Amino acid sequence: MSTTVDTADQSTARPIGALGSMIRRHGWTLGLVGILLVLLVVTRLIQPTYGAAGVQGLAVSVLPLAFAAVAQAIAVIARGIDLSVGSMMALTSVISAALMEERSEGFAVLVVIGVLLLGCVLGAVNGSLIVLTRVPDIVVTLAMLFVWAGCALLVLGTPGGGSAEWLRTLTGGSIVSAWIPRAALLLLVIVAAIWIPIRRSRLGLSLYAIGSDPLAAYRSGVSVTRTKIVAYTLTGLFSAFAGLTLTATTGIGTPVPGPYTLLSVAAVVLGGVSLAGGRGGVFGPIVAVVILSLLRTDMTFLNVNTNLATVAQGLILVGVVMVGSLLQLRKREP
Amino acid sequence: MTASTNGYLLEASDVSKRYGAVVALKSASLRVRPGEAHALMGANGAGKSTLVKVLTGAVRPDEGTITVRGKERMAHSPAEARRGGLVSVYQEPALIPDLDISSNLRLTETPLEPFRDWVRQLGLGKLDLSRMARDLPLATLRIIDLARALAIRPDVLMLDEITAALPANLTESVLEVVASQRGGEGSIIFISHRMTEIASVCDRATVLREGVTVGVVDISADSADRIVELMLGEAVGEMPERTERAAVASQADEVPRLEVRSLGSSGRLRDVSFDVRAGEVVGLVALEGQGQDELFDILAGSEHASTGEVLVDGRPVSFRHPADAIRAGIVFVPADRAEALLMQRSVRENIALPFSTPISRWGPIRKRNEKPKVDKAIDTLQIDTRAQKEVRLLSGGNQQKVTIARWVAGGVQTMLCFDPTRGIDIRTKHQVYLLLRDLAEAGAAILLYTSELSEIQLTCDRAIVIFGGEVVAEIDVSDADEATLLRAAHNLRSDAPLPEEVVAAAVAAEEEADDAGEELAHQESGEDPGPAEAGDL
Amino acid sequence: MTDTVTTTDSGPKRLTTARLRGLFRERPIIPLIGLLAILVVVSELIRPGIVSLNWAGVMVRAAVPLAILAGCQTMTMLTGGIDLSVGAVASMSGFVVATLVGGPGLATGILVALAVAAIVGLISGIGVGIFRVHPLIMTLGMSLVVLGFANVWQIRMVQTGSGVPDQFRDLGAGIFLGFVPRSLLLFVPLAILIILGLNRTGYGRLLYAIGDNPIASRLSGARSWQVLIVLYVISAVLAGVAGFLYSGLTNVASVTLADTALLPSVAAAVIGGTSIMGGRGGYGGTMVGALILTVISSILSSLGYPEAVRQILFGALIIFVAAAYTRVTEP
Repeated sequence: MSTTVDTADQSTARPIGALGSMIRRHGWTLGLVGILLVLLVVTRLIQPTYGAAGVQGLAVSVLPLAFAAVAQAIAVIARGIDLSVGSMMALTSVISAALMEERSEGFAVLVVIGVLLLGCVLGAVNGSLIVLTRVPDIVVTLAMLFVWAGCALLVLGTPGGGSAEWLRTLTGGSIVSAWIPRAALLLLVIVAAIWIPIRRSRLGLSLYAIGSDPLAAYRSGVSVTRTKIVAYTLTGLFSAFAGLTLTATTGIGTPVPGPYTLLSVAAVVLGGVSLAGGRGGVFGPIVAVVILSLLRTDMTFLNVNTNLATVAQGLILVGVVMVGSLLQLRKREP
Repeated sequence: MTASTNGYLLEASDVSKRYGAVVALKSASLRVRPGEAHALMGANGAGKSTLVKVLTGAVRPDEGTITVRGKERMAHSPAEARRGGLVSVYQEPALIPDLDISSNLRLTETPLEPFRDWVRQLGLGKLDLSRMARDLPLATLRIIDLARALAIRPDVLMLDEITAALPANLTESVLEVVASQRGGEGSIIFISHRMTEIASVCDRATVLREGVTVGVVDISADSADRIVELMLGEAVGEMPERTERAAVASQADEVPRLEVRSLGSSGRLRDVSFDVRAGEVVGLVALEGQGQDELFDILAGSEHASTGEVLVDGRPVSFRHPADAIRAGIVFVPADRAEALLMQRSVRENIALPFSTPISRWGPIRKRNEKPKVDKAIDTLQIDTRAQKEVRLLSGGNQQKVTIARWVAGGVQTMLCFDPTRGIDIRTKHQVYLLLRDLAEAGAAILLYTSELSEIQLTCDRAIVIFGGEVVAEIDVSDADEATLLRAAHNLRSDAPLPEEVVAAAVAAEEEADDAGEELAHQESGEDPGPAEAGDL
Repeated sequence: MTDTVTTTDSGPKRLTTARLRGLFRERPIIPLIGLLAILVVVSELIRPGIVSLNWAGVMVRAAVPLAILAGCQTMTMLTGGIDLSVGAVASMSGFVVATLVGGPGLATGILVALAVAAIVGLISGIGVGIFRVHPLIMTLGMSLVVLGFANVWQIRMVQTGSGVPDQFRDLGAGIFLGFVPRSLLLFVPLAILIILGLNRTGYGRLLYAIGDNPIASRLSGARSWQVLIVLYVISAVLAGVAGFLYSGLTNVASVTLADTALLPSVAAAVIGGTSIMGGRGGYGGTMVGALILTVISSILSSLGYPEAVRQILFGALIIFVAAAYTRVTEP
């Protein structure tokens, strides 16, 4: 109890082992990055004009879903699932759009901070309800899906509102090089700044612990209920980021939730997070989101009916998961 | 360090806890002196686990006080109890499967050096802290859990069935460590069903019955009888003599019900051959992880053998699914009730389940056919079905009976029982022994794996001993006293001490044995382990 | 003796609470019907004279397709699954018939629609049963596939045009004997079949068993993949049938028609007392749940409340009812 132990010394002692274990642990994400690179090359091949502008467009278009995927990933890691991500996005989006419309740029800063706090509150409400009622996460968040979507409709009956100029510039265009979209940088900076410190802390361990084995976590002195609420609060926070970027990239707030919830679940699974909890990270799902979006782009370039792109997304989701579980089944009987 | 005025380090008085209409603890008291190893005993459902959970803050009692060093202290969570110097090590190690060991240590803020020392002292040798907990065998995890608890020098260390399913050498070092703690500053509360262990390491024992502390016994040579007496609430004699049995006519020309020929399974089992005849109970003896799990899984149709064959009534069979084994008349009673029961369904539905599993029986349920069989099974096993609509509300003993009744209802030809009396009270155990004998006399062939060696002489006709995946001995029941079995289980001819490498192999062999547990863990909703922990009511 | 469970001597008050809890646990349908009755009374209080046989007919008519979709959820939830493809399948099947009725005819249309639904269910079932894909993911993926193909189909059908067949409009929206919805002619036998199937057949028993404990079911000889494949086929076909009723009720054929009914269908099953964790529940409660949701919608719209309030109330109701179930089913 006197000192906390850090075992970094051990991992550096055997660099090869450490590298191996890193590859083993992040294998799925690294594989996804590989697929993404291949896909970018393929895109370039089928559409030689695809370049920096295309990458920028891609980054902007995936931004809200990427944040939603991060939000969902945190809930799923903690052995939960949040079906209200899309509704929280809608609510935060309309509130920010309604408040920012025709107001000063400076006021928008307050709005952003306020909406992010609101996201935390929404998430904390979800988490607290799960903990207090002991109803399965999926049912509570299904209910909250209705509630938050209803609230969004109360704020704005129809799409409307506006966005601050600086928000739009923050998410559009590129920085340093034309190949580095601002949106991508924004995404990575925000996610890294929030997630990595948490991941390294005892809180992060607790999140994985309650996802992996709640009883063992409880017996290890982790407060399962408090950690769960924190997990959902983080989910709410990232949903608010998703909602804000939705407003920023479209310029308006839309009260009807998009398909983000279900797509975020799909991205989380493709991103290597186990629905059973305790395994995976937040960067895999982000890459998965980009891959899914790029596939859609490629199919348009190939003049394939865009609806078939939906089919492809579904098939990829099902196929990847099937192959994954097939591998697991085969591993079980060598 | 001064003990409180009354000389007790830990004192729990008149603790009561009720779950709905079920009383888990009525008036339990426990007084532990500094430096003693104190056994907490009681039959299943007596309230041991609930009392431990109260002490560690996992469960809040309805009434009662807990004092540590004379100061009243009621923990509200394991974390709080831990800070107050009360630490518990459970049968299921409290390690997070998806975190490596060092992260697990960080999670509990365990100092590394003392931890390492304890690991060494507990005989685990070198330990790679970067390994994921889920990749380590159960025995190793339990030792890690224990070392982790010892490392923070708790005032009171509670060990709940710590030696269950541990290989012999680890059991020994665990007991040594427990014994070495005696006379120190801290105390140990030791929960075990094993009388010999308690006799060897404990100073006193508190006995619970039906949620009430019925006595405190100073451990001495003859205290075992006294403890059993207290546990049962009435003086009972020795374990019944081996039940009278008609000598099984095992004619050599008769085709055995079950023949196992040169069975092998990727290193876990090698060239295992034996027979089980109709009308006999064959005991299987093995240390933990010697391949018995794989053997049972193969015979029950859950796993495939890589070599060898299984014959039923002289015909070779091949199982791809437990359903195939059942069709061939081989039924399986697993040790873990959570693997066998539909906890939210009724006793009847649990028993009737196998009637509906083939596709041809998916149609309307033939009540008239089914009910008499189910009734008879409930009757045979004397299952208490009175109040409870759901099996999860039954006591552990009754639950275990349901798992057996399920197969009795359909008529038993060949039954595989894997430690069917694990963790149930003596009375129910006796019922199970009698039932197995009755089934055998009615013509069933029974293969019984047991971790309690005394059961062999009580119920079996002969014993087969497996070691390192091979059959190393076949012993007639008349020679199968515990000492002989134990020696055979260690593959020893003499009383020589255990070679280290033999045990190391045992640990290694267990590596995969706990994989099955994983699936189970996912089912446990385990959202809030509070009342859900009321497991053994 | 050590096996007996000690019961507390309970005062009269304790006893009634215990009884109520027991009632709620064993027969959740009774308090649910009570809730429904309260809602009817509230409707009458808000708009005196509104409650009539006609009104009841309208309510039932609107609830029937939802109740069928909720039946899909009930059965899949009993096994610990969920079917998120019912919305897409229902929309698809209504749409397919509407596009085929002008050409190949109604019977062919129905056959094609149900066959497609069955194939979708078969694939979901194979994924869930054999490949052990999480049902949420599997059916979600299949709903994307179905929606995509339906959209492609829609584009190809733009030239030929489409229309909801009269028979569907009759079945979905028609009434007989003055107020009885025609859809009951289809629904009542269907509901009886589901209820009997769940409670009186070996297959129904297996659904509960697999949801309660897959390992125990396997060790008892149940081949869960067979059960699950059949289950998801049944679920998809039922969703297809519900799609016919939806298109008839609304006189609309669109590839997203029933999408909005997906989450209410889960809600109806949850309100009806079926546990999403599997092993507990039944269809009787689900039907009442579907009616409750329909009546609430009607009350709110008659009061002129916006859609937003309806959604918030739905959400609150789900949590409230689910929490109540959790309380009474805990030991």
